Amino acid sequence: MEFAELIKTPRADNVVLHRPFYPAVEGTLCLTGHHLILSSRRQDNAEELWLLHSNIDAIEKRFVGSLGTIIIKCKDLRIIQLDIPGMEECLNIASSIEALSTLDSVTLMYPFFYRPMFEVVEDGWHSFLPEREFELLSSVTNEWRLSYVNKEFSVCPSYPPAVTVPKSIDDEALRRVATFRHGGRFPVLSYYHKKNGMVMMRSSQPLTGTNGRRCKEDSALINATLRAGKRGYIIDTRSLNVAQQARAKGGGFEQEVQYPQWRRIHKSVERYNILQESLIKLVEACNDQSHNMDRWLSKLEASNWLTHIKEILTAACLAAQCIDREGASVLVHGTEGTDSTLQITSLAQIILDPRCRTIRGFEALVEREWLQAGHPFQQRCAQSAYSNSRQKCESPVFFLFLDCVWQILRQFPCSFEFNEHFLIMLFEHAYASQFGTFLFNNESERSKLKLPQKTMSLWSWVNRPQELSKFKNPLFEANSLVIWPSVAPQSLQLWEGVFLRWNRSSKFLDEAYEEMNNIIEYNKELQAKVNALRRQLAELETDDGMQESS
Amino acid sequence: MHLSTPVEQVKLIDRFSTSNKSLTGTLYLTATHLLFIDSSQKETWILHHHIAAVEKLALTTSGCPLVIQCKNFRIVHFIVPRERDCHDIYNSLLQLSKPASYDELYAFSYNPKQNESKRLQGWQLIDLAEEYKRMGVPNSNWQLSDANRDYEICESYPRELYVPRTASKPVIVGSSKFRSKGRFPVLSYYHRDKEAAICRCSQPLSGFSARCLEDENMLHAISIANPAHHYMYVMDTRPKLNAMANRAAGKGYENEDNYANIRFQFVGIENIHVMRSSLQKLLEVSGTKALSVNSFLSGLENSGWLRHIKAVLDAAIFLAKAIAVENATVLVHCSDGWDRTSQVCSLGSLLLDSYYRTIKGFMVLIEKDWISFGHKFSDRCGQLDGDSKEISPVFTQFLEGVWHLTEQFPQAFEYNEAFLLQIHEHIHSCQFGNFLGNCQKEREELKLKEKTYSLWPFLLDEQKKYLNPLYNQDFSQKLVLLEPNTVSFNFKFWRNMYHQFDRTMHPRQSVFNLIMTMSEQNKQLEKDFKELEAVRRMSLERSLFKIQIGFLRTRIDPTGDGSTYHRPQHAHSVTTTRWLFFFFLSFFAQPCTFVSGMSIVAKYCHLF
Repeated sequence: MEFAELIKTPRADNVVLHRPFYPAVEGTLCLTGHHLILSSRRQDNAEELWLLHSNIDAIEKRFVGSLGTIIIKCKDLRIIQLDIPGMEECLNIASSIEALSTLDSVTLMYPFFYRPMFEVVEDGWHSFLPEREFELLSSVTNEWRLSYVNKEFSVCPSYPPAVTVPKSIDDEALRRVATFRHGGRFPVLSYYHKKNGMVMMRSSQPLTGTNGRRCKEDSALINATLRAGKRGYIIDTRSLNVAQQARAKGGGFEQEVQYPQWRRIHKSVERYNILQESLIKLVEACNDQSHNMDRWLSKLEASNWLTHIKEILTAACLAAQCIDREGASVLVHGTEGTDSTLQITSLAQIILDPRCRTIRGFEALVEREWLQAGHPFQQRCAQSAYSNSRQKCESPVFFLFLDCVWQILRQFPCSFEFNEHFLIMLFEHAYASQFGTFLFNNESERSKLKLPQKTMSLWSWVNRPQELSKFKNPLFEANSLVIWPSVAPQSLQLWEGVFLRWNRSSKFLDEAYEEMNNIIEYNKELQAKVNALRRQLAELETDDGMQESS
Repeated sequence: MHLSTPVEQVKLIDRFSTSNKSLTGTLYLTATHLLFIDSSQKETWILHHHIAAVEKLALTTSGCPLVIQCKNFRIVHFIVPRERDCHDIYNSLLQLSKPASYDELYAFSYNPKQNESKRLQGWQLIDLAEEYKRMGVPNSNWQLSDANRDYEICESYPRELYVPRTASKPVIVGSSKFRSKGRFPVLSYYHRDKEAAICRCSQPLSGFSARCLEDENMLHAISIANPAHHYMYVMDTRPKLNAMANRAAGKGYENEDNYANIRFQFVGIENIHVMRSSLQKLLEVSGTKALSVNSFLSGLENSGWLRHIKAVLDAAIFLAKAIAVENATVLVHCSDGWDRTSQVCSLGSLLLDSYYRTIKGFMVLIEKDWISFGHKFSDRCGQLDGDSKEISPVFTQFLEGVWHLTEQFPQAFEYNEAFLLQIHEHIHSCQFGNFLGNCQKEREELKLKEKTYSLWPFLLDEQKKYLNPLYNQDFSQKLVLLEPNTVSFNFKFWRNMYHQFDRTMHPRQSVFNLIMTMSEQNKQLEKDFKELEAVRRMSLERSLFKIQIGFLRTRIDPTGDGSTYHRPQHAHSVTTTRWLFFFFLSFFAQPCTFVSGMSIVAKYCHLF
C-alpha cells in the first residue's frame, strides 16, 4: 500500500531513545504506516515506545559524524530524542516520519485502520444523539422542538442534522434566518436552565453589513425565547470595535433598534492565531528549565495564556450570571460561532448544570457543544505548540476550554465526577487519536465519510468500567448548586499536569494522590463494616425480642 | 483612655469586590482587640499587636474610610459614618498598635486560666539539651562549652553552645573577638551518620587584610571534628558585592589563603531591607482591585519575592548536599549571622533530618536556630514602636520555604499548612512569650518563663488541626535527604498566606480539610468497629446460653434503619450499656469473655 513508498528504512538497530524521566534505552526502531516503535528486546517489554505518527508535531535532525539524532516533538508536548547510527538511515527515517506525520488525506489516518482490542459494550457513536438530549429537554418543557431542517446539511453545513429551536418557529423561517447569519448558523438552543426556565442560545454573527440589513424572522426567533416583558442579553465575544469592523465584510451585530428587547454586551475573547502564538510561547517558557525566576515570570506573562483563561472564564460567568441571577435568556455569538462562542456556552453550562460535571454529562457536553456544534477540530488541532509549518487555522480553542474546566475543577474539587486525567486524555485525543471522534470539522464531513461505520468512537473505549475507573474523582459528591469560580489572577494557576508534565517528575504528587485515594477507600470500607455489624446486632436484638415474647 | 462607647453603623467593605459590597455592624475597641460584629452577629477580632498600619482616607459621602493593615496580611476597610468617631478610633489604634515597652505586650496580660505547674511544664516542653543529645552531641569530637555561660563573650547567643573539643577557651574567645557581635562559629546541627556538622557564625572582622590566628584555629578545629575532613565549606549567604562592601567597614569574609582546607562560597541572599521592600511590593500588587493577570505576574516578578525565596532554598539545598553527598562540614554566615544564617541553617537541617518535619521537631528547630541563636524577633516583627528599618519578613520567608517543600513533598511532613500559618500568626501576636525579645539574654531579663505562657504546648494540644493526613513516616525514613526541584516554575505565589483572609479567592471546597476529616473519622470508625465486634462476640455467646431478659424489647439501632452511619457518640454508649448487662450474665458461664469485654466496661462504667 501507499505507506510502503514513504518508508525507505523500515527498521534500524542500535537506536538509543532518550525521553523524560527514563534512562536512555537502546533497541531496534521500526516504522509502520502509523507508528514509530522502539523495542529494546527486554523480557518484560517495559521499555517499548509506541508513538502515533499523528502525534508528532515537529522533528529536528542533527548529525555528529555518522551518528544522527532526531528530536521528536509531540502534540501532547512531550519531547523525545532518537540517536540513530548511520547518516543514511537517519535521514530516511526522518523524512519518513515527516511524511507520515503530515498525511494529506484524512482517510489514511490511523482511526480508519485501527481495530479495537476490546469488546464494545456500548457504541459511543450512538451514545449522545440529539434525539436523546431532546428527550431530556421535553421532560421539563414543551416550548421547544427538534427541527430536521438541516437534514441534508443544506441549510447550515456546520450544524448537525437535528437542532433544537423554539416551537413557534417553523422550518421555513429557519431557512430565512440561516441566510441572515454567518455560515447559516441560525440561533439554536444550547442550554435550558431548569431552575427558572431561562435559556442560552448560540449562533454566528448577523449579516447586517454596512447598510443595516435586517431579518424579521431572526428577531422573531430569538424573541420567541423571551417571557412577556422580559429582556434578554446578547453576549458578543468580540469587542465593539471588532464587531463594527465586521460590518464592512458583511457581518455585524444586533442593533438596538431592531432588537429592543435585547441588551448587547461585548465581552472580548481572543481567537485564532493569537491563541496559537500564546500556546507556543507558554510551552517554550515551560520547556526551558534554565530560566531564572524573573525570566520565567515574564515569559509566563508574555505568553498571555492565563489572561485568555481569565477572559474566557469571565465571559462564561457573565453568561451564567445573566441566566441564573438576572433570570434572563442569553444569546452568545462571535463571528463564526464555532470557537469562542462554544467556549462560553459550554463553560457556562459547567457552572450552571450539575449534570455537565459528571463523566457522561461532560461527554454529552463535548458532543453537543463542540463536535455536533461544528467546532473545526481538524483545522484547529492540526498542529500543536511545536510546529513551524503553521497554517492560519490552528488554534488551541478546545485546549483552552479544557484548561478552564481544570481551573474550575481546582476550585471545586468535590463537584466533578471526573478528575484531571480525564481532561488530559481528552486533550491528547483531540490532537492525535486511534479513535474517529475528533476527526473532521463537522457532522456533515463525518457522515459523508461514514465515520461511525468505519472508525471506533472514543466514548466506546472510555465508557468501559476498567477505563472509567482511571478517570473517576474519588472526592466526588454530587453538588446540585451553581458553582461560581473565582477569576482573580491569584486564583488561576498554570495547568501543571499538562504544561509541566514532561518537565518535572510528579512522583511524590502521584504518591500523595494515591494515599488520598487509600484514605477515601478505607473510609468507605470501614463504614460498610461498621454498618454491617450494626445491622447484625440489631437483628440479634430482634431475635431476642421474639424469643422473649414467644 | 480610649474610645468609651462602641461605634455603630460602621461598614466593613469587601476589598476585592468591584461593586463595593459591604457589611454593616458595630465596632468595639477592647484593651487587646478591635472587634467588629456585623448584623448577622459574625465577629471579626483583630489583635492590636497585629496591626501594621492604620490609614484614614479622605472623607466620602458615606462616611470616613479607615484602612487597617495587619501583619498577618489581613486588610480591613471600614467606613465610619461620623468623622469624629473615625478620628478617635484612628488615634486609639495608633497608640494601641505601637506599644512602647515590653510590659504592654499581650503576653503579660494573657491568661488562659491554666495552673502554674502546667504553665511551667509548658516551658519545659522543648529542651534543647535533649535535642543536641538526639543529634549525638556531646561526643568524642564535640562538647558543650561554658564560654558563654554568663553571656560574657556573646550577648545574642544562648548560654549553652557546642564547639569542637579541640577548640580551647582562648581560641573561642579570640575567635569571638574577630567576629561581628562576638558571634563565633558554633554547632547548629550535627549529622550523626555523616559525622558532619552545620556550624554558624557572623562575618569575620577581616577588613582588607586582617587575620586572626584563633579564628583560623577555630575553623581548623571545626574542620577536623569531621573525621573525613579533607575540606569544609564556608558559605557566605550574602551577595558577593555586599560582602566586599563590608570590608571597607573592617568586616568582610574569609580569605581562602588564610584558612586551611576551606572552600569558600557566596550564595547571594539579599539583606533585610531588600526583603522588606520586596514584600511591600508584593502586597501592593496582590492588594490591587480588579487586577489583571499580566499586572499580577509582572508585579510578582518586579517584587522579586519568589526570586528571594528561591535563593534561600537553593542555599539550603547546597548546604544539605554538602553534608549528605560530600560528607563535608559547612560553616554558614551572613553579616550578623541571625537572619540569612538562620534561614539557611534551619532549612538545610529540615532537608537533612526528618525529625524536623514532625510537629514537635519543627518546634525544636525554630527554638534552636531562630529563638536561641538570637534571631531578632522583636525587631524584625516590629513588636514595639521602634525603628521601622529593622522590620523584615525573614522568618516569614523561612515559613514560605517550608511551605514550598510541603508542596513538593506532600507526604514528608507531619504538619500541614495551617500549622505554618498559626506559627506566623503568633510571631506577631505577642500573646505567648516565645517570640518576645531579640535574644535569650533579653528573654531572661523579661522573666518570660515566669510571667508568660509558651506557645508550643497550646499548639500541641490542638495538634489535630495541624496534622497532615497524607503524612507517611516510612516515606520520611526512606527518603533521608529531601531534594526539592528549584526550577523557577516550581515557585508559586502563596495565596493561603498572603490572602489568608480573602476567602473569595480560595477554592470553595478544600480537599485537604475533607481528607483530614475523613482520616479522623477513620480512627473513630476503627474504634467503633472493635467495640461493636466485641459486643457482637458477647451477644453471640449469650445467645448460646439463651438467656432471656424481658426488659430489652426496645430496638437497639438508634437510627431505626440500621443502614446509614451516624457518628454514634450517644448511640453506641447506649448500646453498650445494655449489652454490658448481658455481659455480666454471660461472664459467670464464660470467664474468658471477661478479658475482651473489660476495656468496654472500663470505658462505660460511668454511665451506670
